[in-house]
Amino acid sequence: MAFTENKTEVDETLRAELASKGVIWTSLDFLYNWGRRSSVWPMQFGLACCAFEMIAAACARYDIARFGAELFRASPRQADLMIISGTVTKKMAPQVVRLFNQMPEPKYVLTMGACAISGGPFIDGYNVLRGIDRYIPVDVHLPGCPPRPEALLHGLMELQKKIASQEILKAEWYQKGLKREFPIPELGPHGLVPKFNPEVWQPAKKDPRREHYGATILIGKKLKAPDLEHAAAVKPAAPGAV
Amino acid sequence: MPLFMEEVQKELHAGLPDVKLRRVLNSLLLENPKDLPRVALFLKQSPKFRLDYLSSVTGADYLDSLESVYHLYSMALKRGPLTLRVRVPKNHPEIPSLVPIYRSANLQEREAFDTFGIIYKGHPDPRRLFMWEGFEGYPLRKDYQQEDVDVLEAADITWLASRGIAIPEDMKAKAAELAAAGKRALVGKPEKPRN
Ligand code: SF4
Repeated sequence: MAFTENKTEVDETLRAELASKGVIWTSLDFLYNWGRRSSVWPMQFGLACCAFEMIAAACARYDIARFGAELFRASPRQADLMIISGTVTKKMAPQVVRLFNQMPEPKYVLTMGACAISGGPFIDGYNVLRGIDRYIPVDVHLPGCPPRPEALLHGLMELQKKIASQEILKAEWYQKGLKREFPIPELGPHGLVPKFNPEVWQPAKKDPRREHYGATILIGKKLKAPDLEHAAAVKPAAPGAV
Repeated sequence: MPLFMEEVQKELHAGLPDVKLRRVLNSLLLENPKDLPRVALFLKQSPKFRLDYLSSVTGADYLDSLESVYHLYSMALKRGPLTLRVRVPKNHPEIPSLVPIYRSANLQEREAFDTFGIIYKGHPDPRRLFMWEGFEGYPLRKDYQQEDVDVLEAADITWLASRGIAIPEDMKAKAAELAAAGKRALVGKPEKPRN
């Protein structure tokens, strides 16, 4: 769904002016979205180091409660925002997709950190998924390693903008035939099966990273083992230290 | 004051004269992996060293051989580490387990098995630790070839098709081509190592 600004019929300045005179004139979409965006319930779910920034954002100093999103729920059934905060390993990916499927509509996904977006520093690892957007749609990508709590607040504000822009009549979760339950990948002999869901994500036709580095894996072929026998032994600093 | 390792070497020579040892860098290499439990037990019980704590078991790949590296400390005497190495050929990587002597070896040996495929004989629970059951290969070995996660293979196509997901034609064609050639989609490595 393309991002659009809030398309309420009422002119913002007119609304403000009327409100100052004690007249409330609004649209149903505006009221409905105002209620939803002001009380986003994130899921209490952390995957790696980024989770600690999320925790910091929820604590008193950064205080995500100012944005109405302080109610971290321990169950996907009661949450409407999934903050994917950290590295999604291949072993964890099926569980993440399953949790997303278990959330009730309307639901949103915010990927926090380079890992959740693309694999981040572990992109070449045999064990890390290159971005959760391979299996589920993502509403807000929040780059950083890790993003600071302020950045998470900014991401939440962007999400609130997106929520405010949605119209009840056109909202995707009220549409017929729209698939919002995503197949859960399985653990295969070499990695996840399937490697991605082509209805959600497809590899870029042009891969600048591959072009730049020549190959995806940066380590070279090792042809010779190091000769330990003839390498000089490191002398300990002080005789008494060992 | 002689090095800790030299002291240990001398003591081992006196206590277990049939164990063959060699110094490699700052560590002791046991020539015969079968000696390992005997040496470990000797060092743990000897009043002079009392190496009662095994802090790590590490695997290492030296292309034609695999190594298991042990770091031993003495909590009682506040000494250490002593580094022991055991070298095994890659086609028959069997090392006696140290779990009966040091309980801390349990998970670490499982990890070394998981990532390097070193088989620890006598381990009470020889399963993979981090990778899931049914995973093939040992991912930290130098010759492990990683899959290319951007190219779908025949198994992915069948899986997706069985769930009614639309697959673009070019991906299907690529998968069929790979299956016909009997190949997997692997990531290439550069000819020359990058530095
Ligand atoms: S993006 Fe950085 S901080 Fe966040 S989970 Fe990944 S490695 Fe950790």
